[in-house]
Amino acid sequence: MTTVDLDTARTALSDACGDVTDATPADAVDGVPAALVARPGSTEETAAVLRAATAAGLTVVPRGQGTKLSWGRPPESADVVLDLSRMNRVLDHAAGDLIVDTEAGALLSDVQQTAGSAGQRLALDEPVPGGTIGGMLATNASGPGRVAVGTARDLLIGVTVVRADGVVAKAGGRVVKNVAGYDLGKLVIGSFGTLVVVTRAVFRLHPVPAARQFVTVPFGTPEDAARLVQSVVHAQVVPAAVEVEWRVDGAGTVGVLLEGTPAGVSARTTTTRRLLGAGSDAAEAAPPGWGVLPWTDEPGSTGLKLTCALSGLAPVLTAVRRAAADAGVALTVRGSGGAGVLYAALGADAPVDAVADVVARTRAVCTEHGGALVVLDGPPAVKAAVDTWGPVPAIDLMRRVKEQFDPERRLAPGRFVGGI
Amino acid sequence: MSGTHGTETTAGPVLGDTPPEATSATGEAGDNAAGIAAVGRVARELMPETGVIADPTQLRTYECDGLAHYRVTPALVVLPETTEQLAAVVKACSEHGVPFVARGSGTGLSGGALPRADGVLLVTSRMRTIREVRRADQRAIVDPGVINLDVTRAATPEGYYYAPDPSSQQICSIGGNLAENSGGAHCLKYGFTSNHVLGTELITPQGDVVQLGGLAPDAPGYDLLGTVVGSEGTLGIATTATVRLVRLPEEVRTLLVGFHTTDDAGAATSAIISAGVLPAAIEMMDALAIEAAEAAVHCNYPAGAGAVLVIELDGAAAEVEHEYALVERFCQENGSFELRLATDATERALIWRGRKSAFAAVGRISPDYIVQDGVIPRTALPEVLRAIAELSESSGVRVANVFHAGDGNLHPLVLFDGEKEGATEAAEKVSGAILDLCITHGGAITGEHGVGVDKAAYMPKMFTDDDLDTMQLVRCAFDPGNISNPGKVFPTPRLCGEVPGKRKKAHPLVEAGLADAF
Repeated sequence: MTTVDLDTARTALSDACGDVTDATPADAVDGVPAALVARPGSTEETAAVLRAATAAGLTVVPRGQGTKLSWGRPPESADVVLDLSRMNRVLDHAAGDLIVDTEAGALLSDVQQTAGSAGQRLALDEPVPGGTIGGMLATNASGPGRVAVGTARDLLIGVTVVRADGVVAKAGGRVVKNVAGYDLGKLVIGSFGTLVVVTRAVFRLHPVPAARQFVTVPFGTPEDAARLVQSVVHAQVVPAAVEVEWRVDGAGTVGVLLEGTPAGVSARTTTTRRLLGAGSDAAEAAPPGWGVLPWTDEPGSTGLKLTCALSGLAPVLTAVRRAAADAGVALTVRGSGGAGVLYAALGADAPVDAVADVVARTRAVCTEHGGALVVLDGPPAVKAAVDTWGPVPAIDLMRRVKEQFDPERRLAPGRFVGGI
Repeated sequence: MSGTHGTETTAGPVLGDTPPEATSATGEAGDNAAGIAAVGRVARELMPETGVIADPTQLRTYECDGLAHYRVTPALVVLPETTEQLAAVVKACSEHGVPFVARGSGTGLSGGALPRADGVLLVTSRMRTIREVRRADQRAIVDPGVINLDVTRAATPEGYYYAPDPSSQQICSIGGNLAENSGGAHCLKYGFTSNHVLGTELITPQGDVVQLGGLAPDAPGYDLLGTVVGSEGTLGIATTATVRLVRLPEEVRTLLVGFHTTDDAGAATSAIISAGVLPAAIEMMDALAIEAAEAAVHCNYPAGAGAVLVIELDGAAAEVEHEYALVERFCQENGSFELRLATDATERALIWRGRKSAFAAVGRISPDYIVQDGVIPRTALPEVLRAIAELSESSGVRVANVFHAGDGNLHPLVLFDGEKEGATEAAEKVSGAILDLCITHGGAITGEHGVGVDKAAYMPKMFTDDDLDTMQLVRCAFDPGNISNPGKVFPTPRLCGEVPGKRKKAHPLVEAGLADAF
């Protein structure tokens, strides 16, 4: 905070919100020190904090549990960390309507527990354990289940947001089918806290299936992996997930999750094993590491998100493996081969130049196959040296949206694509 | 024409106690005459003579979409064949401040493609190429004028289909589906158009061509695509759609189940969903809707039924077998007296034909009707159906109910005879009261037909000024000149650049007669 007096800011925020403290080094956002932490208890308090921040000229970075706060680029400044962890209530679970209404700071695990009491679930994975609903929306985090039900994009049906100027607005509602007005929920998913602050969200739920089986098979080459994935997605076994994993030191594995009735899952497991061929195995328990982002267990590693058309799976796997091998960088790939979304971890000890080389070479192949490569997470030196978001079509239109919602660049400035 | 509105007798707005001024959505003929002439010149340079229509008689062909009681003759109609032509015409519109409205097959039921007298109608019906069916990627890339059902026809030989299927799927265009986020019967299980459009090439209101999304999911940046889908043509015009193809299921079972009452049918629906069964569709029709369908397409639904459910189960054979047993049991436990399982494609088609022709069929039993489109939480269904019945009884206005029971999307058909004095007004009142019921029960004013011009006046009942102002921020980012389908969706077009939250009285430009508001 360079231009604003801390005491004045603290006073202004304290009038808006009962829980304002000085930030500690632990509150830094991706290495950027914060000055104050405000913990509003409601949408109204959140709005008051943002109005006060506007009046005092402070930048604001929203935070849930902070599990993905180092994703994206570091913000240019973070005068106020807007901590939503007090807004952690699951407000309503309408089991008969299969919906849940929750505050943004609620833990995804708490939402699952509530829904689970009625045999339901929010059909979203938790690729980084311990996160909140708001954090999941901000980063559009997804896991294996996206093959069957998509991501938060496909399940969010209503949203309450606070704009940078403190105005509260909602879009959508509490019904699954609804086309009244613009779908602002889509706009805020994956916006990394740069557009508005989400304070409340309504999701559609799904019944918890009675049975599940994981069918796995090892593979040797990218072409084998692609062939196996294609064989499953074009079959009629209705996979809930089709994962590809390739650990740094060993063979790759294709894993298929089948969910449904016990009889149905049993029959589909047999079919799937036949499709995957010799060496396939089936189990009720998830394979180790299932759905967990490959870089989460190695501090300092670089986390990439690679997307492509399904037909691009083999070339993308080949490219990232070859680039990593050429640069001498340790690599683990894991992700939703059946959806065209892979995650890769590059070893923590990799030199910055080597990482940059892997990113550039792999990005070219992802783009060639209709997708993109994003450096989601990584050490400061890596993020400083590489183009984390890569080229973004329609960036001018995105800038105009940002200018409309947050003309003073108050919310997480610089964290998102094109310096937004 | 399947899925279109049947009434052509009323001239004024049908819904709402604060009906929109016709001019606000449609402009005044004569405005922008010079600009329109300039756009016409650009269009004529780019495309064959038949692609530009300025003859007053021919223009009248395009004076309405599927909501035929709003009629406005456009100043100019352009039928481009390529993205480049369309973009150039839009650019010309932008340069001359001429409003434009995009239109596909014209089956929309909310007046979303109602032309403007002071503007250009851009018709995409000559952009009908299915560019690619990419089986390996489970995607198809199609032009905006491509008919919904033709995507499925193209994908079926590859073992795939396109899931969103509005009742008008035999004629409606993908561009229109995208603009309206119009869904259909299979939304319950497979999601909405919005879930199935992965990319689009969009012509912005400035005439720029931008790519949003694509073959792969999760394109970096704001999800502008998700906002454009369902924005009813107010953020630009889609010139391609990259859509998700869904694998044809191993097995499909379509059932027709007869009940004595809608309450019984509703209870069966709840039991099915509560048990964790997610059918591809659960559709309900009441006695009056059945009568209409019988009169029109002789679908041979169970005699004497107070309600029928059309239930479709699909998926892996072993799952469908298990779900079928549950559905059969829940129907029986809730008072079904007849259950028919289609044994072949012909029988399945006949069951669906009764349901999908219901809107048009109502024309057989009533000279005029209003197709309403509201949504309620499914658990409110019995209460809302009873309230609709009471409304019908107290007003003497007949209401036939056809709806997507699984997701609470109601389509009450309000029947009237426009020749009888006061009948139109009474029908409008009932139709509006049904929307109020939807809002009161926590629902929405449209589930798939869109807001268009028809329901713009209802938006403030569902959303606050702040909500609507916030949506307008998106509009201002895309269309600061307010030329892309202006006057639709939003009741009061706050002008871009105006400071939000300060609107306490009539806008000065409105007061001065320089801008429209309603």
